[in-house]
Amino acid sequence: MSHSQTTTTEHHPALAHQFDSMAQQREASNLGMWVFLLTEIMMFGGLFTAYLIYRLKYYEAFVAGSTSISVSWGFANTLVLIGSSLTMAMAVWSAQQGKRRLQVLFIAMTMLLGSVFLGVKAKEYYDKYEECHIPGSSFNAEGGPGCESGDIAKELVEREHIPLEAARQTAHQTQIFFSFYFAMTGLHALHMFLGMGLMTWLLLRARRGDFGPEYYSPMEYGGLYWHFVDIVWIYLFPLLYLISRHR
Amino acid sequence: MSTVTISTPPKLEMPVKHYLNDNYGIRSWLLTKDHKRIAILYLLTLTFFFFLGGVFAAMIRLQLLTPEGTLFQADTYNKLFTMHGVNMVFFFLVPSIPAVLGNFLVPLMVGAKDLALPKINLASWYIFIIGAAFALAALVSGGVDTGWTFYTPLSSGYLKTHVITLAVGVLIAGFASIFTGLNFIVTVHRMRAPGLTWGRLPLFIWSNYATSIIMVLGTPVLAITLILLALERGFHIGIFDPKLGGDPVLFQHMFWFYSHPAVYIMILPGMGVISEIVTCFSRKRVFGYSFVAFSSIAIAVFGFLVWAHHMFVAGISTYSALVFSLLSFAVAIPSAVKVFNWTATIYKGSVSFDTPMLYALGFIGLFTVGGLTGLFLAALGLDVHVHDTYFVIAHFHYVMVGGMVMAYLGGMHFWWPKLSGRLYPEGWAKLAALITFIGFNLTFFPQFILGYMGMPRRLAAYPPEFQVLNVLSTAGASILAVGFILPLIYFLWSMKYGEVAGPNPWRATGLEWQTSSPPPTHNFDHTPVVTREPYHYGEEDEEEVPVVP
Repeated sequence: MSHSQTTTTEHHPALAHQFDSMAQQREASNLGMWVFLLTEIMMFGGLFTAYLIYRLKYYEAFVAGSTSISVSWGFANTLVLIGSSLTMAMAVWSAQQGKRRLQVLFIAMTMLLGSVFLGVKAKEYYDKYEECHIPGSSFNAEGGPGCESGDIAKELVEREHIPLEAARQTAHQTQIFFSFYFAMTGLHALHMFLGMGLMTWLLLRARRGDFGPEYYSPMEYGGLYWHFVDIVWIYLFPLLYLISRHR
Repeated sequence: MSTVTISTPPKLEMPVKHYLNDNYGIRSWLLTKDHKRIAILYLLTLTFFFFLGGVFAAMIRLQLLTPEGTLFQADTYNKLFTMHGVNMVFFFLVPSIPAVLGNFLVPLMVGAKDLALPKINLASWYIFIIGAAFALAALVSGGVDTGWTFYTPLSSGYLKTHVITLAVGVLIAGFASIFTGLNFIVTVHRMRAPGLTWGRLPLFIWSNYATSIIMVLGTPVLAITLILLALERGFHIGIFDPKLGGDPVLFQHMFWFYSHPAVYIMILPGMGVISEIVTCFSRKRVFGYSFVAFSSIAIAVFGFLVWAHHMFVAGISTYSALVFSLLSFAVAIPSAVKVFNWTATIYKGSVSFDTPMLYALGFIGLFTVGGLTGLFLAALGLDVHVHDTYFVIAHFHYVMVGGMVMAYLGGMHFWWPKLSGRLYPEGWAKLAALITFIGFNLTFFPQFILGYMGMPRRLAAYPPEFQVLNVLSTAGASILAVGFILPLIYFLWSMKYGEVAGPNPWRATGLEWQTSSPPPTHNFDHTPVVTREPYHYGEEDEEEVPVVP
């Protein structure tokens, strides 16, 4: 090679050519990861802002829609996801310690918990399908044929003692709530799927023994991503399931 | 190896090994991680889209040659201006300077071997190509007629064209721009050569850094907006549909939250190019370095706070309109700071009128016209009068073509010797710059008058009394086209027949001129060390700017 190596005494196999040292490489990729997370915050931020605007505009409908989704499944999923963040953090720790088998174990556990979360989400989506609460042409929250289980209008009349006409109008407006419910949890679930792909890649690399005290950046950034997706859910759960809930 | 003799002027030779001939074959280009080669890939792609968008523009101008608009049906015309706008905005203007000149120059200017994240850089080009493929698919399957703004509920419910395909294309291309911005931010923070402090960074770097901030913060909001639009259209979810209680104005808010800052994505890098050219050809230190540098950051910040001035007649509250009007006036301040500082740099400099300088002078004049007419539009009362007329079109094109495209061409001429190692033919280039300037003004100045007289935009026909000005505009467009095609021809010609440029044909400061032209793949043989401020033109030791063989 013709070009002269000017600095650095160490030369780790993972050191890319454009960097002078592992420290510079780590700092650069750290910053890159955080900037990437910032873009994610802006993307979800747009959706959260739209949600808040409509929540103020259609408060009644958001209360009704929120009451009709299952807080216990949501709560269970929150616990599952927080658990997965713990195992993820342990995986990063074992990478820093260079413990290969522990890394594999913890990533596998993270993936398992992630799958449980997605499974529960799928069950919740299926319930919404049964209740005709999927937004679009087949949406019906007023107890149409085959949609009796999702009759929000009837519930409103029984609970709030309001006239049927007003109840039906509010029930119709819950379509906006469910639009946000599916857009927000859907985008979150998409990030979970991407996270599972990332975990598979990390699992293979960890098994190969790529990570140790000097080099564990991919594991660290995989962890940061996973925690970010977790935090999004920590906001989604109260916004969709809790704060508008009746009683 | 050295053939230089003392007595005769040294004959410059191309370096033996450089990034263009380091290795050969299609794989060495498609799998490259070299920022310079990726810049070339972007250059080829964007040149294609520039001329494609230009073809649509030509069709628009031909249609408007006659008041009845006999060439195309009204529906086809709607598709033409939509495809012109989407092509030019998302597939040329937004990536143009950052992805081509920025990719090429940012590592060179900070004295690094490459961008911090070369794989992400290559990925950005591939993502761009995928987005472009979607856009082209939408085009060949019949085009889209929403206007480049995709306003709901027209786009989400009423049109039968392939809106989703095009929106997905724009969404995907957006990620390419996020990756570029992210890479620049990390590179400027972490890869600067020893001694290159923030206060010594070239202004081109400052403006690209400011651009990157907007790319990183704004583009994700466009992404979620387009996702919601696609969901709305595909599944009728109703977030922007008034029939279901949704609010179409929210779409406009979210769209312009990105798309107004996006015009600063388009113009800021151009301003960086102009700062470099103006100081170099005035042989003078830039006037008020820190003001010019921080005005870029100020534009990036203020740019996020003015979006609703696109919506003064869309039914937003009077009070918020007042605030947005005021803020829109405020954003003119940092732009004016730049114009004043360039002028002060030229003042009493030893100015030479080489081609890049011609483009730069054109930029300063045209951008000033474009900027000042922007203030007309920021004024609440006048905006009601000229909203959605050709006045807006003329204003926008003065900034985007008169400003941004002039800066892009100026920058291409300035750094062409660095990119290719050879000089373009100066006479032809000066002629092209002149033709561009004349053609541009003839095309777009009549549109100010047309708009002020009340000719609405986006219509395929117009009252006969507007014809004279429209004919002038179309005539101007054909001259402008010559001005754009000429550089394409002589740049290609110069790659084989141009004079060898040598490392620093302009005797410019800046690290990129301290390596050979074209630079070697690893940019510098030795990591450069910076010991003084940028733009030390006109100092007694200027001749000592190292000219490395």
